[in-house]
Amino acid sequence: MSTLESPQSEREATKAGRLTLGDLSEQRTPRALAAMTKIETTLFFREPLLPALVLLLPVLLVIGFGLIPGFGDPSSDLSGQSGTEYIASIGVAIVLAVLGLSILPTTLGTYRERGVLRRLRATPVTPRTLLGAQLLLVGGATLAATVLLVLVGSLGFGVAVPRNPAGFLLAVVLGAAALLSLGLLVAAVAPTAKAANAIGMTLFFPSMFLAGVYVPRETFSPFLQHVSDVTPLGAALAAVRDTWQGSWPHPVHIATMVGWALVAAVVAARTFRWE
Amino acid sequence: MAVIEVHELHKRYGETVALDGVSFDVQAGEVFGLLGPNGAGKTTAVEIMEGLRTADSGTVRVLGLDPVRSGQQLRERVGVQLQQAQLQEKIRVGEVLELYAGFYRNPRPVGELLDEWGLAAKRNRAFKKLSGGQQQRLFLALALLGRPELVFFDEITTGLDPAARRQTWDLVRRVRDSGVTVVLVSHLMDEVEELCDRVAILDRGRIVALDTPTALITSSGSEQRMRFRPVGVIPAGLIEEVPGVTAVTRSGSQVIVTGTGEFATGVAAVLARAQVLVTDLRLEQRTLDDAFVALTGRPFDDTSDTHDEKELEAAR
Repeated sequence: MSTLESPQSEREATKAGRLTLGDLSEQRTPRALAAMTKIETTLFFREPLLPALVLLLPVLLVIGFGLIPGFGDPSSDLSGQSGTEYIASIGVAIVLAVLGLSILPTTLGTYRERGVLRRLRATPVTPRTLLGAQLLLVGGATLAATVLLVLVGSLGFGVAVPRNPAGFLLAVVLGAAALLSLGLLVAAVAPTAKAANAIGMTLFFPSMFLAGVYVPRETFSPFLQHVSDVTPLGAALAAVRDTWQGSWPHPVHIATMVGWALVAAVVAARTFRWE
Repeated sequence: MAVIEVHELHKRYGETVALDGVSFDVQAGEVFGLLGPNGAGKTTAVEIMEGLRTADSGTVRVLGLDPVRSGQQLRERVGVQLQQAQLQEKIRVGEVLELYAGFYRNPRPVGELLDEWGLAAKRNRAFKKLSGGQQQRLFLALALLGRPELVFFDEITTGLDPAARRQTWDLVRRVRDSGVTVVLVSHLMDEVEELCDRVAILDRGRIVALDTPTALITSSGSEQRMRFRPVGVIPAGLIEEVPGVTAVTRSGSQVIVTGTGEFATGVAAVLARAQVLVTDLRLEQRTLDDAFVALTGRPFDDTSDTHDEKELEAAR
């Protein structure tokens, strides 16, 4: 029955117990978060498919396309971006979509269904900690996969290191915030793990298409380009490509990512059930 | 000393009344049973005591604290075995215990718990590869990790085979012997009869009886049967006059005496005085099952578990 938001009574309890055990438990929470993140990371690597999908697949795409002669030349069909750089950019988008729309909601849905979250509610540590650990894990995986893409692309296939590094980091972080919040929302509204997976997949393929992963957005009609601008993955991929080429993210794309992140996170926090 | 004080608890979910004025105390060091058919309100009552749910009205004090306001402090001192909770499939026994140990102020050493619950050899085994009994032992170890003063065991033997159930009962006795107060939720009559010092019988959100298992069985007043084969002749009317005896029938060489209260002792005494020896003496024990029928006027029906259904049939 409890939501992500701290219930009134619990806040009062923290106040009332400030000078006693409350404080000790508060100090244990960061330690528990660290321990849980470590375990969740270990578990992530025990599922052979997950690391392959997130860390390997995007890099293999860059390698595969990078080996095509002439693919690294700037292309007028891609607004002057080279084919390899475009593939590296959609690699980032794939990572965001896989983590946010598939892995995160399915994992959380499964944890709720199996009673993992319920079991944690009976300990001094709140299940929010596990949610935090999962977000740290998928956030970390996003950054790791992005670094890997940039390294492989620049060392092996002549892809430039993003020419606006700060803007690029901003684009990836905001993109992750938007997609991961959406993942939390899917986990919040889905009654079962299966439903979480199904809803995630229903969002996954249209998102990938509208973002311009399957075909570049340069081939879209103006109307479809406007639609792409206001989808979370579309805005993220556009911002990643812009910053890779040296400009700053377009304000519309920043607003889109921030908007989706905030709305999805707030609705998820209000609707998320522990059991 | 009361470890738990529950007073006039009410809880409804929409139209369904889960608890309808439930009151009881749990004393330090006892095994207190909450018995009732599925849907009687047992789990709701326990979840309110654990601070996982709030009651609509009524008061609850656990270790002197309000479970909702002081939930975190309480969870530090209370161990919980939840009904049908699972862990991450690939997490290993040692990893779970180490992880959960970090949640408590003064946890038991993990190695000690692994030895105590016979899990040392399974330390590196993934949760999903454990047998039902091993998973159950892991959950018991988790419940005891924080050196609790009080533990809640909710349907601890659900899904276990008879041998594993008996093993689990021994483990619960061990917990009790270490001085921990135990609240045991069960829909199994034999389990409660076997383990509990006192039992509250819940039916449709109300407590219909609260006493020791023996007293509940005796006070239910249902009849008990005694069977034996006499060696020699029983003087006419001898057994019939024993207080509590309601009927005496013969079936071949066997005598069946039906009665209430302490009639069996009386029968044995008069037979001894008349110098009649008996063989094949059997006393058919009444159970909490009979008590439930006597208290609620209907059989303890549990359609969810055919295995136990059969066992209850056999007990009748």
